[in-house]
Amino acid sequence: MIYQDSKTLLKIRGLCATVNNSEILKGIDLTIKSGEIHAIMGTNGSGKSTLAKVLAGHTSYEITGGTVDFEGKNLFDLAPEERARAGIFLGFQYPIEIPGVANNQFLRLAFNTAQVQQNKDELDPLEFDDLVREKMKLLEMNPDFLDRSVNENFSGGEKKRNEILQMSLLDPKIAILDETDSGLDIDALRIVSNGVNQLANKDNATILVTHYQRMLNYIVPDYVHVMDSGRIVKTGGKELALDLEKHGYDWVNIEKTAAVGA
Amino acid sequence: MSVGADSKSLKNLLQGQSQLSASPLDRVNQLRTNAVNQVNILNLPTKHDEDWRFTDISPLTKISFQPVREASPLKNSDVEHFYLTEAVTRLVFIDGIYAPHLSTQIAEPFKKSGVVVSSLAAASSENLAAIESHLGYHTELQDNIFAALNTSFLHEGALIIVPRNISVETPIHLLFIATQKEVSSHPRCLLIAEPNSRVTVIEDYVTLREETYITNTVAEFALADSAHVDHVRIQRDSKEAFHIANCSVSLAQKSNYQSVSIAFGARISRYNLNVLLKGEGAECTADGLALISNRQLADTHACIDHIKPHCTSHQLHKCIIDDAAHAVFNGKIIVRPDAQLTNSTQSNRNLLLTSKARIDTKPQLEIFADDVKCAHGATIGQLDNEEIFYLKSRGLSEVTARDLLTYAFGAEVIERIPVASLKLRLEQVVHKQTQRD
Ligand SMILES: Nc1ncnc2c1ncn2[C@@H]1O[C@H](COP(=O)(O)OP(=O)(O)OP(=O)(O)O)[C@@H](O)[C@H]1O
Ligand SMILES: [Mg+2]
Repeated sequence: MIYQDSKTLLKIRGLCATVNNSEILKGIDLTIKSGEIHAIMGTNGSGKSTLAKVLAGHTSYEITGGTVDFEGKNLFDLAPEERARAGIFLGFQYPIEIPGVANNQFLRLAFNTAQVQQNKDELDPLEFDDLVREKMKLLEMNPDFLDRSVNENFSGGEKKRNEILQMSLLDPKIAILDETDSGLDIDALRIVSNGVNQLANKDNATILVTHYQRMLNYIVPDYVHVMDSGRIVKTGGKELALDLEKHGYDWVNIEKTAAVGA
Repeated sequence: MSVGADSKSLKNLLQGQSQLSASPLDRVNQLRTNAVNQVNILNLPTKHDEDWRFTDISPLTKISFQPVREASPLKNSDVEHFYLTEAVTRLVFIDGIYAPHLSTQIAEPFKKSGVVVSSLAAASSENLAAIESHLGYHTELQDNIFAALNTSFLHEGALIIVPRNISVETPIHLLFIATQKEVSSHPRCLLIAEPNSRVTVIEDYVTLREETYITNTVAEFALADSAHVDHVRIQRDSKEAFHIANCSVSLAQKSNYQSVSIAFGARISRYNLNVLLKGEGAECTADGLALISNRQLADTHACIDHIKPHCTSHQLHKCIIDDAAHAVFNGKIIVRPDAQLTNSTQSNRNLLLTSKARIDTKPQLEIFADDVKCAHGATIGQLDNEEIFYLKSRGLSEVTARDLLTYAFGAEVIERIPVASLKLRLEQVVHKQTQRD
């Protein structure tokens, strides 16, 4: 939701990034304020996941230009783990499997790291177990997933739910959810969306990367951005997503050409 | 080449052999005589021998090892921390000598149904036929001086016989405790799993002192038709010790051998695992983990021999190598002309934690049948950057992320151990060893 007295959480200006010397992000401008929900759409390969990973601090990407200001600090001064502790959360498009690391152990480590950061008490395994089971109930996740290795042999949808479970435990300031909806069945989409909605409040913000309107039916965005070849080429309200669904991305390009021509 | 040094060290290792009293079992005496002859013919392997190219055991020749005559007078309270809650039946050997007062008998109902868990020397006359037809038959001494040496000292050892259709639910713990320096022990295990029987055996080598000694083991596992054996082997000898082991497994039709072998200890260790898939439809899993540091060397040579059709074998061998430690893996898979429809996978994954750590890995496939599925591969590397990033993106520090992943790398193998309390304990060892600070 857009609030009058919101704070600027993230200010991206002219962000350029390369991977293996090929330029992927070519000047991104984006401002995210507290309380807001942003959707980022765009063709395959347009750079959405790259943007998400650059914000989370993935080291494969080289920042070649621009600035990102996170709550008044230079985001690039922070290591990935410092960003996470400061409240940036990336829900991965392809959550990685980590054989041998028990999910509950991993979740507790992550949770307690955040607790320490916020000067709160760490939870012991039993206390944490109660908490995580409650969170899992909200996401209608089977507690058996606690004893398995992180994401190992989880189905596509189960991995996405596990990402949202992590988000709900870490309670981030900015959640970047990269195609969290892909792979979710109809019920799961509703459940996960409810989970995200419950976490959204006037102090945090959510960025949803998605290809489809269906998640936006549940999580209503304040802004919809369209990315193309490493740039945001169009920004609008929630109706933009509906227009895109109806007309496809060519329509944006035609609009763009028309605008340039005018 | 100094022949002198060789023969001297061999004499060393045979010291005390001639004082062994004759065994009541003819088979044992006959095997011993044979083995002594072999030891006298064979030389200690050097790095010029293909099978020992990467493993220099010459340090072994610098120390004079004596066999132990009498077991240290240990009490339960000295060693009970090694006991496993699940394993109600336990055979304890101290420096190679059977310790009946620390051992526990198999439960009465099993004993009644003919299950034998005892010292080889205490085998009763009913079991002589079984022993006569298996002991020494599964281990080739021709080219194997260590197996020959072990057999020269053949005396007590662990004997397990599980009769037809009997399933022993609780694991059997064979606990070999080292207590003295500069001694040699030659533990021996014989497992006879009769048709359709089932048993879990834990072969566990531990120490009470961080001393130099040599443990030289031979284990023979004979699985009859449809028998199922879980074999857990834990080598946590002193980090100054030498540990040489030969394990031979023979699988009849539709039998199933599941093994996990863990090596944490020893200055130099060598594990030879030979599995013969001799009957149609036999299955074998042979997983392993070596977790070594400082100047340790852990060498695993496995040979899985598919003789008959429709057999499967799976092997996952992992090494975590820290400091200047050195791991060796040689995994040979033979698929004989008759062994059509073999399904075999082998994977050797190695994690080098420092630039001085070293691995020599050599998967060897020898396939003589055409309709087979064989996949094998070896990887050598550091930790996966995507995994590290995932953990860091959840707030874990670089060090925590690395420790966790190193731990997980090992835990993948530990997790396959079917004995919960042992698994937990080993997880703690791996956890401790994979913490950077
Ligand atoms: N490590 C890499 N090496 C080379 N090219 C890369 C690498 N990572 C990303 N790219 C390229 O960068 C471009 C943007 O990829 P990105 O994953 O950001 O797209 P996306 O918008 O998320 O696409 P999708 O909708 O398919 O998820 C693609 O053309 C991709 O091939
Ligand atoms: Mg993407």
